[in-house]
Amino acid sequence: MTSTDLNLKRLAPAVEADRRARTAADRLAEAAAAHDLLDVAVTRLDSPIGELFVAVTPRGLACVAFEDEDRDEVMARLARELSPRILEHAAATDTVRRELDEYFAGERRRFDVRLDRRLIHGIARDVLAATARVPFGRTTTYGELAGKIGNPKAARAVGNALGSNPIPIVVPCHRVLRSGGALGGYAGGPDRKERLLRLEGVLAV
Amino acid sequence: MSAARSWGPARGRSPVPPFGAFLEANRAAVYRFLTVAVGPADADDCFQETFLSALRAYPRLTDGSKLDRWVLTIASRKAIDHHRARGRRAVPVDEVPEPRATSRAAALPEPTDTRDAVWEAVRSLPPRQRVAVVHRHVLDRPYAEIAELMGCSEATARANVYQGTKRLRELIA
Repeated sequence: MTSTDLNLKRLAPAVEADRRARTAADRLAEAAAAHDLLDVAVTRLDSPIGELFVAVTPRGLACVAFEDEDRDEVMARLARELSPRILEHAAATDTVRRELDEYFAGERRRFDVRLDRRLIHGIARDVLAATARVPFGRTTTYGELAGKIGNPKAARAVGNALGSNPIPIVVPCHRVLRSGGALGGYAGGPDRKERLLRLEGVLAV
Repeated sequence: MSAARSWGPARGRSPVPPFGAFLEANRAAVYRFLTVAVGPADADDCFQETFLSALRAYPRLTDGSKLDRWVLTIASRKAIDHHRARGRRAVPVDEVPEPRATSRAAALPEPTDTRDAVWEAVRSLPPRQRVAVVHRHVLDRPYAEIAELMGCSEATARANVYQGTKRLRELIA
């Protein structure tokens, strides 16, 4: 007799087990959060500038990524720098979702969500702290920002720091332009920067 | 001032993939194992317990290879513990349903129809035999791996599979 005679596999057909496993796995994040075992909750959000990928920890919003960024790379970075205990969990990102929705609808000019700044390192801490103080609808320049952090010659370093901003949109690095008025670079590409500046009324619609 | 995000140098390291990827890669095998090892009604609970245990230990792992075996080891333990816990509160049943040999070939019962004779037979196995048999006959694992998953020698794993299989055949025949 062989194992096929017993045919125990039919007790758990692969397709059915796979479907049930998927449902059970979706519920795991909820249980993990309840047991304080979820260190990073990630989810995808729709937005007028494409799908956004956000990561939230118990400390706050840690990361916003754009749809054309390599999701695996972002996840790997979160695993390395924060914790590998990462699961998709939409409920944990409700506050961020609501605030972003309001922002894109033109109903919010300032984000209140708490931030987890552990992905921000070195000079970027100062640069992004100064960036966070640039209000909705206003802009500054790399050079001005360099002055604000007490290092007027560091415009390039400021540019690099902005380019590494792990929490774009909410930490508004799109409000930093070149001194001549050119848009300059953006973590999500120049088109998105332009869209955000139009939304804020800085550029004409 | 590049056109896209420049994350800067990689910091820290993680020997294991993000838990979501690990879960996605292993959820089906674990669910399949548990469905047969503890029964469809309790598979969901054991699945949650298995992956919560995995999540608890996850940040302490230093080796990201063989995570599939690692999680099946946890699931095996959960299945054995579950069986023992049930055994302690189990109520003896007067009669075991007769095998329904006539209709089985024509119309396969629903996978969740646990009154089925094969389910009855599987349920009646001692827990270690049952777990070994499921690894062998449902997940097609080699004996050396079953031994590793169950923390026993290969000879013991073989003996468990052999005795469990033999008993199943007697019960189902």
